Amino acid sequence: MSEPIVLKDHHDESRVFIDRVFMAFACAMLLTLLLAGRMLYLQVIQHDRYATLSESNRIQVQSIPPVRGLIFDRHGELLADNAPSFSLNLVTEQISSLDETLGRVEKRIGLTTEQRSRFERRLRRKQRPFESVPLLHRLSQEDIARISVDQYAMPGVHIEASLVRHYPLSDLVTHAVGSVRRINEDDARDLDKVAYSGTDHVGKTGIERFYESRLLGRVGYQRVETDARGRIMQVLSRTDPVPGENLELTLDAGLQRVASEALGEQRGAIVALDTRTGGILAMVSKPGYDPNPFVTGIDHASYALLRDSIDVPLFNRAVQGQYEPGSTLKPFIGLAGLMMGVTTAEHVIDDPGSFQLPDSERLYRDWNWTREGEGGHGKVDMNRAIYRSCNVYFYGLAVELGIDRIHTHLDRFGFGRNLAHDLPEAGSGLLPSKEWKRSVRNLPWYPGDSVNIGIGQGDVLVTPLQLATAVAILANRGRMIIPHLLKDAELPLRPNVGIPDDAWRVISDAMQDVIHRGRRGLGENGTAWAYIGMDIPYRAAGKSGTAQVVGIAQGEEYDHAELDERLRKHAWFVAYAPAEEPQIAVAVLVENGGGGSEVAAPVARKVLDYQMIGNSTIARRSEYREPTFALAGAHRD
Amino acid sequence: MTDYVRQLPPHQFVQRKRVSEWVRVDLLSLFLISLIATYGLVILMSAVDQNMARVQAQVIRIIVAFSVMVVMAQIPPRLLLRLAPALYLLGLLLLFLVFLVGTESKGATRWLRIGPIGFQPSELMKLALPMVLAWYFHDRRLPPRPRHVGIATLIIAVPVLLIYPQPDLGTSILVAASGLLVLFLAGISWRYIFSLIGLFLVSAPGLWFVMTDYQRGRILTLIDPERDPLGSGWNIIQSMTAIGSGGLFGKGLFNGTQSQLDFLPESRTDFIIAVLAEELGLIGVLALLSLYICLIGRGVVIAVQAQDTFGRLLAASITFTFFVYVFVNIGMVSALLPVVGVPLPLVSYGGTSMLTLCAGFGILMSVHTHRRITL
Repeated sequence: MSEPIVLKDHHDESRVFIDRVFMAFACAMLLTLLLAGRMLYLQVIQHDRYATLSESNRIQVQSIPPVRGLIFDRHGELLADNAPSFSLNLVTEQISSLDETLGRVEKRIGLTTEQRSRFERRLRRKQRPFESVPLLHRLSQEDIARISVDQYAMPGVHIEASLVRHYPLSDLVTHAVGSVRRINEDDARDLDKVAYSGTDHVGKTGIERFYESRLLGRVGYQRVETDARGRIMQVLSRTDPVPGENLELTLDAGLQRVASEALGEQRGAIVALDTRTGGILAMVSKPGYDPNPFVTGIDHASYALLRDSIDVPLFNRAVQGQYEPGSTLKPFIGLAGLMMGVTTAEHVIDDPGSFQLPDSERLYRDWNWTREGEGGHGKVDMNRAIYRSCNVYFYGLAVELGIDRIHTHLDRFGFGRNLAHDLPEAGSGLLPSKEWKRSVRNLPWYPGDSVNIGIGQGDVLVTPLQLATAVAILANRGRMIIPHLLKDAELPLRPNVGIPDDAWRVISDAMQDVIHRGRRGLGENGTAWAYIGMDIPYRAAGKSGTAQVVGIAQGEEYDHAELDERLRKHAWFVAYAPAEEPQIAVAVLVENGGGGSEVAAPVARKVLDYQMIGNSTIARRSEYREPTFALAGAHRD
Repeated sequence: MTDYVRQLPPHQFVQRKRVSEWVRVDLLSLFLISLIATYGLVILMSAVDQNMARVQAQVIRIIVAFSVMVVMAQIPPRLLLRLAPALYLLGLLLLFLVFLVGTESKGATRWLRIGPIGFQPSELMKLALPMVLAWYFHDRRLPPRPRHVGIATLIIAVPVLLIYPQPDLGTSILVAASGLLVLFLAGISWRYIFSLIGLFLVSAPGLWFVMTDYQRGRILTLIDPERDPLGSGWNIIQSMTAIGSGGLFGKGLFNGTQSQLDFLPESRTDFIIAVLAEELGLIGVLALLSLYICLIGRGVVIAVQAQDTFGRLLAASITFTFFVYVFVNIGMVSALLPVVGVPLPLVSYGGTSMLTLCAGFGILMSVHTHRRITL
């Protein structure tokens, strides 16, 4: 009522309105032009880019993994093949409640928290929607059945088959062949993304690692049209994968079995080489382990058990284990003495049972030294020094040679060097020298160091493979070999060790006497005669040794029985046969085995027998018992 | 209550009635709307994988919406003028009810459900708000005084603030636009317009802190879709790919790989323009844009020819709100604007927006066909 009457100015109002309407319309036109311009930009100017994007959306280049090459032994026995393996994969986009689905899987076939967290890690690395992510690997037939029965109730759960590495011989050849592992994130960084685009595994150890590129093969591709759910609508083109190369090894699975059985439950290693080629015939490291669980991912508990075992089954003793060579080094020291003119085969020393350096109080004892001073070998020449394994003879010889000449000589046989061709884990051992001692210990070389080197003790360390190689070179009269596993490996040329015939003859005869010089024949037996030489039907040459146990880590708690057992010396035996035309060289190490002739020699004999006599007589050989009249002396060397 | 009474020459009363006076529709806009809807059906047919049941359902919706349009066209603007405040209050009441007892669907509470009938009060508000503002201004002096601008702002703000937290950013933008357009068309001074724009620009950084994480994500996605290509960026990457790969002439109807192989999400609703762009190319998009502009042009003509304040404000607001639909939808699909849920008018699959839009066009027709009789 109190409001003033407002008079509308219709003309003015209409004019303002029409102004505003046209302004708004002009704005709308401008904004429409903006939209049209945006479309023009996307559809014409950026067309190529989005056309490509659209094609790559539609067209998936799927890699087709090549089949990994098989690995055979020298007689065609399969050492590594590919077996179908079933995995449980989830497509999370097809799953309404992941927790519920995981719960269902758990109820049916079990699911550990570890498997769950691994799955979650893989889920985070997912590349595109509807990609299937593996939850469980290596399903058993029972698991597959349990899942299949209820699969209708679990959308998004798929069972997928693929070929994965399988090692039919389980733990027998693990350390020789090596194994593949699932590619983890660290591996993925170093590997060629394209070459491994369809492959989940990569060779991690041994032959599998060294010949990875040949075993892998070449990945194939197919271009497929897929929808957003990853379903294949059609295959547009296909390039077949090229399977990996099959590899034939020098390994002899039969010999490997014999060697493994000969070692039995003892910890240790055996390396047998073909002296003519350097091909590895057998390579055993005990205890071994079954590599198959590693292929698809071993669970933490089982892995921890293997990793933390004091028997270190994951450790390849044959190529990684470094031990004192002990008396097995004596033939090489003796040969050095002969070749360098420091001594002669006829030179005789008198062994009172111990050795003393001039101006030194310290006694270096022989193995048959007694407190009463009645021990010793008496008159000893080179031949007797080897077949009776006389320490005092080699103490003196080593001092006369001096470390420089010993180093030069042993280096030619591969001591302190890694001669192995295709064994990626192979170690170099340790061949000490003045320079080495100066740089590592910051100490001068003392004559006492040379004394110990003379009997393979002190700082010198070898792997079983190195020792077998050195023995093979010796058996070959100095002709060099390169130890290798692949039959047609292209080996590097290395200089031969020039061994004069007469020097070789002296050493070879002495090593044959270690085995063959029996009481009934020549009045005194070689150290190994009683254990393997009495009934041996072929000529062989060998040398025993014992190595002091270096490493019991301080503070580790073992019970006393265990401690005693693990403080016992390692037993060595090296041998080759036949003595005149050698075919095989072998090195046997038995950890904490005690005497080399007693413990390691019979193992070496079984390996030689298989090669020299053949499979058929092995059964008879296994009945071989130790002679009842064997000489006493637990630590005979 | 009429703003002015027009003296009509007596001979107009004795003339024979034309069809357009028996059934009051604007044939030109009806033709344009039918053309757009038909074009839309063709695109939809592709977007639903030629699932004829879906196409049929949409045809039925179109028929229903067209019927509503024709019915609305018969209602004289005078009646709407009288009903406007009541409709607005009813709308507010219903929005408030949604706030209290609304039905939740897909994380948003927008629906009122009474028995089998579902209803979105925000849709009613899309028409009731411009109506009530036109009512408010029709007997006031224009350009409006500051006090009236203040009250009008309040009238706009209340429903928008009720719709926004549903949450429904798309609809609250459209409702706000329909109201602000009335203010603009009523001739509020540029001072207000510029200060509103200025206020927006100044408070834009502050808005960031008011927004939910979800809304921030939308904006971040617009700036860099690759930051989460499988999640929030997926839609926009796929729609830009669909549009860009269409090129000038498109891949051919039913041949769009992005849409047919399901890479494009929401391809039959909010993102349907991407299907069109992919299959019929830039030409197809420009054709649709031209149709829209023609329809808007027709709306402008109707608004300009309207004889009273209520009619012209309402007609122009409806027309330009329609344009806001078009701009926001195509803008968001082509990654010019953040993704807010606004369908492509007359084309997107679904009945609700179709119904509201056609009711709006019915009002537009009513304004036009009743312009001579304003007793």
